[in-house]
Amino acid sequence: MLGFLARLGATTISSFQRLGRGTFFLARVLTGLHSLLPRPGLVIAQVYSIGVLSLVIIVVSGIFVGAVLALQGYNTLVNFGAEDALGVLVALSLLRELGPVVTALLFAGRAGSALTAEIGLMKTTEQLSGMEMMAVDPLRRVIAPRLLAGFVSMPLLAAMFSFLGIMGAYVVGVGALGLDGGAYWSQMQDAVDFRDDVMNGVIKSLVFGFVASWIAVFEGYDCVPTSEGVSSATTRTVVHTSLAVLGLDFVLTAVMFG
Amino acid sequence: MQNGRFVEIWVGLFVAAGFAAFFGLAMQVSNIPLFQTVDGYDVHVRFDNIGGLRERAPVTMAGVRVGRVKSIGLDENTYDARVTITIDRRFDRLPEDTSASIYTSGLLGEQYIALSPGGLDFYLRDGDEITLTQSALVLERLIGRFLASMGEGDDND
Repeated sequence: MLGFLARLGATTISSFQRLGRGTFFLARVLTGLHSLLPRPGLVIAQVYSIGVLSLVIIVVSGIFVGAVLALQGYNTLVNFGAEDALGVLVALSLLRELGPVVTALLFAGRAGSALTAEIGLMKTTEQLSGMEMMAVDPLRRVIAPRLLAGFVSMPLLAAMFSFLGIMGAYVVGVGALGLDGGAYWSQMQDAVDFRDDVMNGVIKSLVFGFVASWIAVFEGYDCVPTSEGVSSATTRTVVHTSLAVLGLDFVLTAVMFG
Repeated sequence: MQNGRFVEIWVGLFVAAGFAAFFGLAMQVSNIPLFQTVDGYDVHVRFDNIGGLRERAPVTMAGVRVGRVKSIGLDENTYDARVTITIDRRFDRLPEDTSASIYTSGLLGEQYIALSPGGLDFYLRDGDEITLTQSALVLERLIGRFLASMGEGDDND
């Protein structure tokens, strides 16, 4: 009984410690962001490895998510004779929820895990300590560009995801199921509001981009410097990012559309 | 890592594609609302019952969209619905005795306000009020009325 209580207490304390370390870590990275101004090349290289290399999975899953939404939505809407509203269904679900959330989940798997593994390995092989020895702050040289690149890449990826999903649904709905193309677009334009739907989706993906990259770089920086430590930090990145994205999505949705 | 030029070109393409997708969403999917920000004038309309009318619903005259519903509120003195509509500045010659009705587009579609022009020479201006209105058709009430008239014969309603 006492052992159980002790374990519970230890878990609570260590998770709060991690939260505190993560916050201080974030504060130090953010205050060091200005040092990137004279060296934009560092960020560009990271946008390449975080954003550009994630394009394939985002493009493919965007098109297929849209296509599947169109097929499933059509099967239900046709029962009510409302199949022309397919465009509205697809556009609203992609812009408000699926675009930002699925992009963030894919981002965690594709880019977040890679970030954690890369930084964790740098720590394990003592490259980070080496930098400190040379009076180079690894937070500014290694962490800050990655955080910023993730923050920049996520909304761009989410916008592409939503747009390609709507296109995929158009191909399936208008091309394969024989809906009217004009009704698809015009009903969508009537129902989708720029500020309420498009901008709120962008805000969501900005928040997710920030949280996902924060978790990824922190887990890498904070990992136990062994091969086991790196592997469990990578796992934690994916799990924690997914949970944080889903939880935040609920909160954001409740605030924005509730 | 590939050489710097290659990376820069790809990042440039990536950012451009991201903004193009965003631009596409803004223009093609959402059709940035023209009547909300662009100049128009506000007219108040009172209804007994607005049914399922929503903000941003279209306001039409002869089937042509002339404005949008701006806000919906309840008048706490008369218990009427007080709907504010914004009419595009181009349509500034609507007679003062214009009447407004709430209709449904399609069987289960969106509800909208249809204006039908009156005959006066004075025109509606910002802040005016339309008093000649016809409320939304509420299906339950309609069915109730129909059943009542079936039961009692056809001397009432």
